[in-house]
Amino acid sequence: MADGYRTVMMNPGDKVAVALTPIPAGTLLTVTCRGRSFQVQVKEDIRFGHKFAVCPIRQGEDIVKYGKVIGVAVRNIDEGEHVHVHNLEGKRGRGDRIAGFRKE
Amino acid sequence: MYTFIIWKEKGEGEIELPDSARNEFWGFRRADGRVGVRNHVLILPTITCATQAAHQITQLVQGTVTFIHQHGCAQVGTDYEQTFRTYVGLGSNPNVYGVVVLGLGCETHQARNVAVEIAKTGKPVEVVSIQDHGGTLTAIAEGAKAAVRMVQDASVLKREPCGVEELIVGTECGGSDACSGLSANPAVGFVSDLLADRGGTAILAETTELIGAEHLLAARAVNEQIAKRVYEVIEAMENRSIAMGVDIRTGNPSPGNIEGGLSSLEEKSLGAAAKAGSRPLQEVIRYADQPSKKGLVWMDTPGHDIEQLTGMVAGGAQVVLFTSGRGTPTGSPIAPVIKIATNSAMFEKMNDNMDLNAGTIIEGKESIESVGGRIYQEVLRVADGKLTKAEILKQHDFGIWRIGPTF
Repeated sequence: MADGYRTVMMNPGDKVAVALTPIPAGTLLTVTCRGRSFQVQVKEDIRFGHKFAVCPIRQGEDIVKYGKVIGVAVRNIDEGEHVHVHNLEGKRGRGDRIAGFRKE
Repeated sequence: MYTFIIWKEKGEGEIELPDSARNEFWGFRRADGRVGVRNHVLILPTITCATQAAHQITQLVQGTVTFIHQHGCAQVGTDYEQTFRTYVGLGSNPNVYGVVVLGLGCETHQARNVAVEIAKTGKPVEVVSIQDHGGTLTAIAEGAKAAVRMVQDASVLKREPCGVEELIVGTECGGSDACSGLSANPAVGFVSDLLADRGGTAILAETTELIGAEHLLAARAVNEQIAKRVYEVIEAMENRSIAMGVDIRTGNPSPGNIEGGLSSLEEKSLGAAAKAGSRPLQEVIRYADQPSKKGLVWMDTPGHDIEQLTGMVAGGAQVVLFTSGRGTPTGSPIAPVIKIATNSAMFEKMNDNMDLNAGTIIEGKESIESVGGRIYQEVLRVADGKLTKAEILKQHDFGIWRIGPTF
């Protein structure tokens, strides 16, 4: 890990890690979790508490944190990209979809 | 030195607390056997029309508390019952020495009916009706006279040593950020485990914020019926959004949660569930119901901070642990609320409102167990009488979970 930048990855099966300090774009990091290790170049500025992808995630693929599904990728996400509401969509509590209010 | 065996995901491990850790606190034992950590006289307005008079009484009489609300009339069915249960539960909470129930007279939530239920605890209860007493000024005078008598009687009570098994501790997170699930919530989970191991009770709540984590809790239920209830209460909450054709996510995660780095309801839930520690789930209870079991108990409440807090205190919680990443002032008129910051920056910035800092976990300076031990000891100190920031700032919030329209 680059000096001064702290991250945490909760479970070795996770596809995202959390920045525990602000991390500027271009930083090369090593993220580790229980024996697994990822070399990640952060693609954009990541704010404290926000997530970035530790591997490429395809559109439609589940996004995993804490070893559990926290949502689905709404488009392809590159390794090192910020993962948040712009590219991740939750699957639960969606009465708007189930009730048919949103026609697709 | 106390040593505890804590069940962990990867096996068993020993956790040690410092020498100062203890299992007793100084509380007020009530007629029904329950133990209070405060000695309030509650002015309980059963109807919105009586709240201003109730407030005036608290201005006149030291040692009294009340809450302002907009309920108590034109409510029907299960919604009527839930509000009634909440009033009775708040009056019955052992932190309350005695109650002056204040009504208007013509409302559906009759002051007398609420008073009869609270009186079953054996505590002093008096009823004042604005219409019966001929108006606001007389009602305030009558209510204040009753309150003065109660406050003086309450003031001669002495605290006595009580075991931690007498404590019901509510747990709550509000204004969550991405640190909540990493620092303060797992530390509260450690406290929840300690309480369960020592015969006490911890309430987990916020059904909305457990959507996506229900399978983890169901797997810890003591039997199949409880596991089934876990899925039922989650399904009922999701079905409300389906019936309304709305996306729960438009309110949850909130804008502050999203700013803090939480992207979905599931992600927030997985962090929120960490407050529940690792012990078996003993029962699932309705909003404002008193737990019938000790250990970890789940109360079905909304994610709304103040509605949840009110439900847990009505269920008999004497102390509440409240974690926050963004910072929040919320408090209860009846129960001390201990605020725990999930990150050090907010702990400094919102120090007016924060009691403890769990941000040291994020910085790698302290372990979850160490912070959990500190929180546990603070629970006992607050139970002894130490005031929390929310109490000192008179943050007397009240919000009730309405489950039907007003007619």
